[in-house]
Amino acid sequence: MRHTITILVENEFGVLTRIAGLFSARGYNIETLNVAPTLDETVSRLTLVTHGDDKIIEQIKKQLNKLIPVIKVEDISHMVHLERGMLMLKVIDAGDLLKAAKAAGAKIIDHESGNYFIAEFTGAPEEVDAFLASVDAEYIIEASRTGPVGMRRGSKGFVV
Amino acid sequence: MQMTGAEIFVECLKREGVEVIFGYPGGAVLPIYDAIFQQSHFKHILVRHEQAALHAANGYARVSGKCGVSLVTSGPGATNAITGLADSNADSIPNVCFTGQVPLPMIGTDAFQEADIVGITRSATKHNFLVKNVEDLALIIRQAFHIATTGRPGSVVVDIPKDLGFAKCDFVWPEEVNMRSYQPKTSGHAGQIKKAVRAMLKAKRPMLYSGGGIMNARGSAALLKTLAHQLNAPVTNTLMGLGGIPFDDKHFVGMLGMHGTYEANMAVSHCDLLVSIGARFDDRVTGRLNAFAPDAKVIHIDVDPTSISKNVDADLPIVGDVGIVLQQILDELSHQGGVPDLEALKLWWQQIDEWRAKDSLGFEQSEEGPIKPQTVIRKVHEITKGNAIVTTDVGQHQMWAAQHYGFKEPHKFLTSGGLGTMGYGLPAAVGAAMAAPNEPIVVFTGDASIQMCIQELATAYQYRQKIVVVLLNNAYMGMVRQWQEMFHESRFSHSYFDSLPDFAKLAEAYGGVGITADTLDELDKALEVAFGSQESFVFIDVAVAKEENVFPMVPAGAALNEMVLA
Ligand SMILES: Cc1ncc(C[n+]2csc(CCOP(=O)(O)OP(=O)(O)O)c2C)c(N)n1
Ligand SMILES: [Mg+2]
Repeated sequence: MRHTITILVENEFGVLTRIAGLFSARGYNIETLNVAPTLDETVSRLTLVTHGDDKIIEQIKKQLNKLIPVIKVEDISHMVHLERGMLMLKVIDAGDLLKAAKAAGAKIIDHESGNYFIAEFTGAPEEVDAFLASVDAEYIIEASRTGPVGMRRGSKGFVV
Repeated sequence: MQMTGAEIFVECLKREGVEVIFGYPGGAVLPIYDAIFQQSHFKHILVRHEQAALHAANGYARVSGKCGVSLVTSGPGATNAITGLADSNADSIPNVCFTGQVPLPMIGTDAFQEADIVGITRSATKHNFLVKNVEDLALIIRQAFHIATTGRPGSVVVDIPKDLGFAKCDFVWPEEVNMRSYQPKTSGHAGQIKKAVRAMLKAKRPMLYSGGGIMNARGSAALLKTLAHQLNAPVTNTLMGLGGIPFDDKHFVGMLGMHGTYEANMAVSHCDLLVSIGARFDDRVTGRLNAFAPDAKVIHIDVDPTSISKNVDADLPIVGDVGIVLQQILDELSHQGGVPDLEALKLWWQQIDEWRAKDSLGFEQSEEGPIKPQTVIRKVHEITKGNAIVTTDVGQHQMWAAQHYGFKEPHKFLTSGGLGTMGYGLPAAVGAAMAAPNEPIVVFTGDASIQMCIQELATAYQYRQKIVVVLLNNAYMGMVRQWQEMFHESRFSHSYFDSLPDFAKLAEAYGGVGITADTLDELDKALEVAFGSQESFVFIDVAVAKEENVFPMVPAGAALNEMVLA
């Protein structure tokens, strides 16, 4: 099963290596990982997407918590939650590709007419997938995609 | 007050109550060694190899109950220490290792004796630090000791660049360590404790299974014994847990697992309630997982949540310090005022006594020899009245020591359980001797293992430690030979030594007393010399039956109740 785990860590050097190292040492997989400092700059927030059965996910959560700089871990998969990821897509400017991208909800952030354009698309992972699939692969020059960031719905916050 | 980093190091160790450290100097730690030279708060024991510094600190920690401390230089000094770091971490022994590092501006330049120690030791430690500002040093040292000694203890590395030893700043001692990201749980959940006690009183075939957690929670062995007696329940110990209950207590059924007793393994296989106390269901304990304790409800008490339901699903997990949780259980037991099911327990003990009658540790010793390794262990027990601190290396001799010495108390059996590190025994004894200078200390070792850290005889001699090394010399890597005999059709690939040194002479060369014992008579005489009034270490090279195997045995992948008796 796919699980989305949000993590708050001390914003100190080497934390990311500790998390990545934990996953490789114990043979867990990381599908995507997103990190950035929070409003409180001593804290970073991660969103990690992984796969595993319940037993493995339980271990992953415990092992993450066991890392000294990890402050809080929450598996938001089973909660009502939102996920958003971003895609930047560089496309050959041909036919009505640009029009189609706009119609699909992408923002055009760079454009050299008749040469190429860069579309920015934000959405739930499935939406990003769908958008990407909608563009004829032959015309795609390059794609750069983030893993999703996630948050529970409701007024309660996931903070230190 | 302004202090250099090196002075801060000394001051912090003093304030942490450190009395002895084990180390080996080198370029990157010279400023610190200079400060050590000028202080008198703690002793520095000079080992002969950095791995040994870590094992010695480990042995010291286990006997003293304090944190082990070591100091090594950058690059090769630190890489030599890695086995010891991994060893202490696997066995949950508090051990802080300070490593020198090249000066800050040179980090990342592939400088002379530079190694990325924080990177290399990340998965061999509980945590590690690279100190980047001299102002951070005191806090980091404080946190290192805090992390190493609390929760599930382990090893911690503090990597200190050489220039920080000279750099100056105001010394500020952090009175408290409060880490928001690290708050180990100590007491067990009250509701879970209630449920556990109810289950214990209801059980018809209860079984207590305790491990190294009892050693780490000082004083908890007495609570374990009280619980066993109040419940009239049998107790088995893991290798790390031996001494958790006196070997001659009638509730003790011996060690369990691969080389455990028949009664312990059968009892685990047939119990209806298994209470795990500070143990982690290691594969050497459980045998084939899907056949492990098939009828049992499992209560798992552990300070480390990751140990719970990792290998065996716990029906009732209790996260907390083993000592505190045991006390909570005893309090709840007297509060509920219940009595266990005496009728059922009578039948349970009848069954256990039947299994016991098999005498699975039995062996035959003929008068004329060869000397059986088991005999040696039993003789050492006799002459030390079971009061020695025993360390071992890894192999058959380790299992025989575990099976046959018989421990009366906790903290007397020092062995590398988790990592299984050959070379652990002698340096661990050196550390133990610093913690308990007036107690008899015995190293049971093998002809292969001893050669992995034999240089520590020089350390033992330098500090006039009266360690007794008992070498069960079978001229084989016995444990490897046993597996080759049993699982590889006796193809003894590289497990035989035809070039063993004369160990007695070697011991003499190191300054100690070396004795060779080929007969039972010679063995008795050698033991008398060793435990008489010696001024140095004594090394007894005992020629034992070469092809003796360790039994009983649960072959890898088999279930506990499928054990081979002989
Ligand atoms: C550092 C290390 N290398 C290899 C092993 C694998 N190993 C386990 S037991 C053993 C043989 C030990 O022989 P010896 O010390 O003579 O003890 P015996 O089994 O004969 O009593 C070996 C090689 C190990 N445990 N540790
Ligand atoms: Mg041997």
